[in-house]
Amino acid sequence: MKLTRRDLLVMGSVGMGLTALGVTPAMASLTDDEIAKITGGAEVGAGDLVVTAPEIAENGNTVPIEVSAPGAVMVAIFADGNPTPAVATVKFGPLNPTHAASTRIRLAKTQDVVAIAQMEDGSFQKAKANVKVTIGGCGG
Amino acid sequence: MASGVKPRVKVPKTAAAGDEITIKTLISHKMESGQRKDGDGNLIPRSIINRFVVDFNGQNVIDVTLEPAISTNPYFQFDATVPESGEFTFTWYDDDGDVYETTKKIAVS
Repeated sequence: MKLTRRDLLVMGSVGMGLTALGVTPAMASLTDDEIAKITGGAEVGAGDLVVTAPEIAENGNTVPIEVSAPGAVMVAIFADGNPTPAVATVKFGPLNPTHAASTRIRLAKTQDVVAIAQMEDGSFQKAKANVKVTIGGCGG
Repeated sequence: MASGVKPRVKVPKTAAAGDEITIKTLISHKMESGQRKDGDGNLIPRSIINRFVVDFNGQNVIDVTLEPAISTNPYFQFDATVPESGEFTFTWYDDDGDVYETTKKIAVS
């Protein structure tokens, strides 16, 4: 196959685009740090853990969310784009049958709500939900 | 001292033994995040409820650690199993050291 000048240009620009994507640092470094603190570097899988949040929240001051984690002893919730990502840590006692809880949280901007669950056998699960926020809710 | 803090809790009055019941709780509290500024540009210090615990006859149901990202008037909904008649104890711990407590009885048939 003969390469024309046009072909080369196209290939070059695609390649640069891919490089730019790959080099972009992870957005959620603060959240990742917090998650690493909880898991101690252990592998985080997916499972029955579910985060339910509205797709669009008009008011970031009070966004209803729900976590459901069958078989979990603890669930930590984080909001990627908040000044401090930690939202809440929920521990389930022996009298809790469903291991689910709902509450209302503040979100500063459009972002992912991430939940990390620690299961009874010590393994970890992760789930997230993206929320588009129209008006941010962290003051300032 | 946060003023006007009033816990509200909704628990069914009766249930069958071993039933799963849904509990809703709300406590009026500003939950000042420590991020906001007042009119003069000074930071308003953080003042939130940092822990919420629910027990039933001494056994734990749920234990939540709250951060500033929890909305004003923290609301929680969750389920509980009731093996026998007894009393739910709801406890909220404020940053300023205050502890708000309320109890609800449930009759199990």
